Amino acid sequence: MSIEDIRVLTAQLAADPSSLVFLPLAEALRRRGQLDAAEKVALAGLTRYPELADAHDLLARILGDRGDLERAFDEWDIALRHDARHAGAHKGIGFLYYVAGDLPKALQHLESALQADPEAEGVAAAAARVREALAEPLASEAAAPVVPTEPEPEAAPEPVPPAEAAGAGAIFAGLEGAQDGLLLLDGQGLRLGGGLNAPDGSPVGDAVAAHLAGVFRDASRAARLLSLGAWRSVGAETADANLYLCAPTEDSLLLLVRDNSVPIARLAKQADRASDAARRWLEGGA
Amino acid sequence: MNADLIGSLEQITRVVGVRGAMVVSADEGLVVAESSMEGIEGAAVAALTAGVVSRLARATEAAGRTPPAFVHLQADEGSLLAVPAGEELLVVAVTDPAVNVGLVRLELRRMAEHLA
Repeated sequence: MSIEDIRVLTAQLAADPSSLVFLPLAEALRRRGQLDAAEKVALAGLTRYPELADAHDLLARILGDRGDLERAFDEWDIALRHDARHAGAHKGIGFLYYVAGDLPKALQHLESALQADPEAEGVAAAAARVREALAEPLASEAAAPVVPTEPEPEAAPEPVPPAEAAGAGAIFAGLEGAQDGLLLLDGQGLRLGGGLNAPDGSPVGDAVAAHLAGVFRDASRAARLLSLGAWRSVGAETADANLYLCAPTEDSLLLLVRDNSVPIARLAKQADRASDAARRWLEGGA
Repeated sequence: MNADLIGSLEQITRVVGVRGAMVVSADEGLVVAESSMEGIEGAAVAALTAGVVSRLARATEAAGRTPPAFVHLQADEGSLLAVPAGEELLVVAVTDPAVNVGLVRLELRRMAEHLA
């Protein structure tokens, strides 16, 4: 698309801000590498059409181009909540699972993308390559599937093989806050991995872990005695931070801490990914 | 005073999905006032909620953060929500799983501000 085309789209959007023309405009800007402008246009469109799966897919691809794969995943996930058959979102998430080393989930999403859109460019070939990699695990190391989505593989989070888990931070490698906002501890309050820093940068992981073992016990007891079933999480908002606590396994506890600009619902999504990483590490290290 | 408290608590229990609400003394974990806590042991709710909030406050202090202004314990079959009202009281709700948490939080905060 030429600069003139972009000018025309920009003029159309200015004339009618409620128009869906923001979609081709942001896509054109993305393809030209004008990511700031593309993201601004996409976000403005999303404020008017927050339930439009195509808009979330578009924002995800822009974020993918930026290398912000965690937020890209979230946007594709939101797109699928609005349209469970969205081919672009399945393709994008399939790609992210592939680069994270989760081939079964990658294949599941690529096949969903194919079902939704059998003509989707390159997806059939990519799914076939992932199937081959699953059938021959050793060969898969040399065979990179061709997944024609936009995020660059070199910017992707690395999978976390258990053998690399010697360093505490390695458990959450590639995740936001891996060293200073994610803490994994056992049921006795001993830190297993990750780290936590106070706002002044000082490490506070061990001190916090000691208190969390009690929270773990009290939360379990409260849920049981109040007939609430098994506890799943504890979220807490403070004046300057949000916290989210969950149990990746029966004997472990995971804490996420972010400043209070990150809503707890987003922390919950980050906790899902961190819990997956923790379980892989715990199973591999057992 | 107690009638006022009950009236405010009933504002919370009017939210669909709220099983009961109560005001709890933060230090002792004792019931100050409660509303619609049928089938739920009020004393247990008070003690357990105060315990969870107190431990979380110690954890946030150790993390160099301020004490919790809202706590949400989510379980398979419901939730426990708490908002401190000053340093001495907690406003607490026990809910079904499908409750509108944002709305309950709003009502809890409203009452906490009234009490503080």
